[in-house]
Amino acid sequence: MHSLEIKNLNVSIEDQPILKDFNLTIPKGEVHALMGPNGTGKSTLAKVIAGHEDYEVTSGSIELDGQSILGNEPDEISQAGLFLAFQYPLEIPGVSIANFIRAAKQSRLEEGNTLDAVAYYKELYEKMDALKIDRKFTSRSLNEGFSGGEKKRCEVLQMSMLEPKYCIMDETDSGLDIDALKIVSEGVNLMRGPDRGFLIITHYQRLLDYIIPDVVHVMFDGRIVHSGNAQLAHELEAKGYDWVKETFASPTVQ
Amino acid sequence: MNNTQAILKSEPKWLEELRNQGTQDYKTLPVPTAKDENWRFASLFSTEAAEFKPSSEPSSQSKDLCLKQSQLLDQSSAESIYLDDHLIKKTSLSDDLKAKGVLYLSIQEAIDEHPDLLKKYFLKQSTELGSEKYFGLHASHVKAGSILYVPKGVEIEDSIINYYWTDTEKGLICPHTLIIAEAHSKISTIDVFNSLSDSNQAMSISVSNIYAHETAHVFRKVIQNFNTKTVSFQLDTTIAEKDTSVKNLALNLGSAKARFENQVKINGSGAHVKMYSLTVAEDQQEFDQRTFQTHNAPNSVSDLLYKNALFDTSRTIFSGLIQVAEGAQQTDAYQTNRNLLLDPRADANSLPGLEILANDVKCSHGATTGNIDPEELFYLLSRGISHRVAMQLIVLGFFEEIIDELDSESLINTIRTLLETKFSAKLS
Repeated sequence: MHSLEIKNLNVSIEDQPILKDFNLTIPKGEVHALMGPNGTGKSTLAKVIAGHEDYEVTSGSIELDGQSILGNEPDEISQAGLFLAFQYPLEIPGVSIANFIRAAKQSRLEEGNTLDAVAYYKELYEKMDALKIDRKFTSRSLNEGFSGGEKKRCEVLQMSMLEPKYCIMDETDSGLDIDALKIVSEGVNLMRGPDRGFLIITHYQRLLDYIIPDVVHVMFDGRIVHSGNAQLAHELEAKGYDWVKETFASPTVQ
Repeated sequence: MNNTQAILKSEPKWLEELRNQGTQDYKTLPVPTAKDENWRFASLFSTEAAEFKPSSEPSSQSKDLCLKQSQLLDQSSAESIYLDDHLIKKTSLSDDLKAKGVLYLSIQEAIDEHPDLLKKYFLKQSTELGSEKYFGLHASHVKAGSILYVPKGVEIEDSIINYYWTDTEKGLICPHTLIIAEAHSKISTIDVFNSLSDSNQAMSISVSNIYAHETAHVFRKVIQNFNTKTVSFQLDTTIAEKDTSVKNLALNLGSAKARFENQVKINGSGAHVKMYSLTVAEDQQEFDQRTFQTHNAPNSVSDLLYKNALFDTSRTIFSGLIQVAEGAQQTDAYQTNRNLLLDPRADANSLPGLEILANDVKCSHGATTGNIDPEELFYLLSRGISHRVAMQLIVLGFFEEIIDELDSESLINTIRTLLETKFSAKLS
């Protein structure tokens, strides 16, 4: 079972259903894009998979390589191999990037083992260079005073340092100019491989010019209503989300 | 009237008079109550000071233990170690510093060798923040103390460290730190307040007076880490003259109740003063902080940042006043108090104040009290970091902007370790 598999997931916030019998399987080695208008539940899906406690899961399952992760703590889910790149990465005053990623890597070691500091910094610097992040950033407080592009690059840096099995990227393209978009996409493309699956959540087709997806899903009103190949993203861009609403709204009306 | 007995050998007449005045003040000034503006929200005055007495000479066993534990940093320019107000060790300055005229004296040495210097500066600055009565008690009893005199143009690289320990049940200590920095001098000092055991209830009434003369650079750090039975007063006054750069930084970890009065008087233009404090309060600890930034001259800057992290049912009180005198134009004065509540039962009180008589100034004060943002926590957890480590990172991160101001890497590490040791056990 080499996949991230979400089955019949129903999620509510304050009794308001957000995800409705949601189904999605991302096999390792594939990049799936999830597109859809605002408010259809894309970000909710990302947070629920990552273990955010604010959402009430009323039924369904989430399995990572056959193991249920639903109901687990966010740190356990991360250690199981999931990474969520945040749409709005938080600013953590006084916690440097270097110490933060180090703590995250340290948490993956057996109790009593400590991270090899020299090897750690070598890897960190290499990956920062690849993402064109100034090495001086290591001592800066996490995301504090970063531009939108710097925050997103920092997310991809963390992703690349933690080497997850499945990556969920929530609107990573928002707030990026074209140069930053290219750098971030290169970073993601370098991580693509047979042992890793991606879910790229985006509102626009633009990012998918740089990260070519294997499958594109269209989400509307809490579920996936249509799937296709990379061409679908272009079709959506051309027709607009009103087309989605017109075409797929009716079946959900009771 | 009772005359206070001389406590040190061959005390001069003027000191005897100061002691008598202290005794008098202690006896006649009323015990504060929570109705006094300077004591709002506080409870420290409920501790009966009369129960605490100066201690006799400590045993050689205690002295040995104390020496072993007085190891804050590997490097210093000189150190004094006091146990229950008895001097048990004092290292001397380098020949080079001595040749340049630097003096590092106990009060007894100052009486014997530099009486004029002592007379000019000793016990001259009381507090105006409410503990005048206890300053009196200090003046009448003080015998342990370090007097540092840095002559014009002399810069001292490594810190001077003063350790003040207690070890006696109901013991009273009255540590005194006096720093006189002449023009263009530069000095950094550390005072460490500590208890040799966890079990003795002591009272400490410490006083520090700093005189930063024109263009002097002074950085004083205080680590207050008494055991959690001890009651501590820390009454600090700094006089900053023209173009000085003065920083003080207090790390508050210990004591059942600790009252910290910190006043800075800026008497010259171009002075740049920073006042920092970081506190970790737990269990039923009470940290009561009163500050006073007085600008008597134009064109100077004072910047205060006090940060408190509170666990359990602990309490903190911050009450700060900025006073800008008429004519002290182009003053920049800032005052910020930030409280991080790590338990809903903890109680942080904040009373900022401004009193401005000049019209062309930049002054601000602000206080915030908040909890850890659950979204921040989720962000850290989502990277695989455990709840305990995430909390540790956030709490330590909260203090980092102050820790960043420290001037030595080894002190930074020491202070981080002290902080982590204190709150790590609280996190799950």
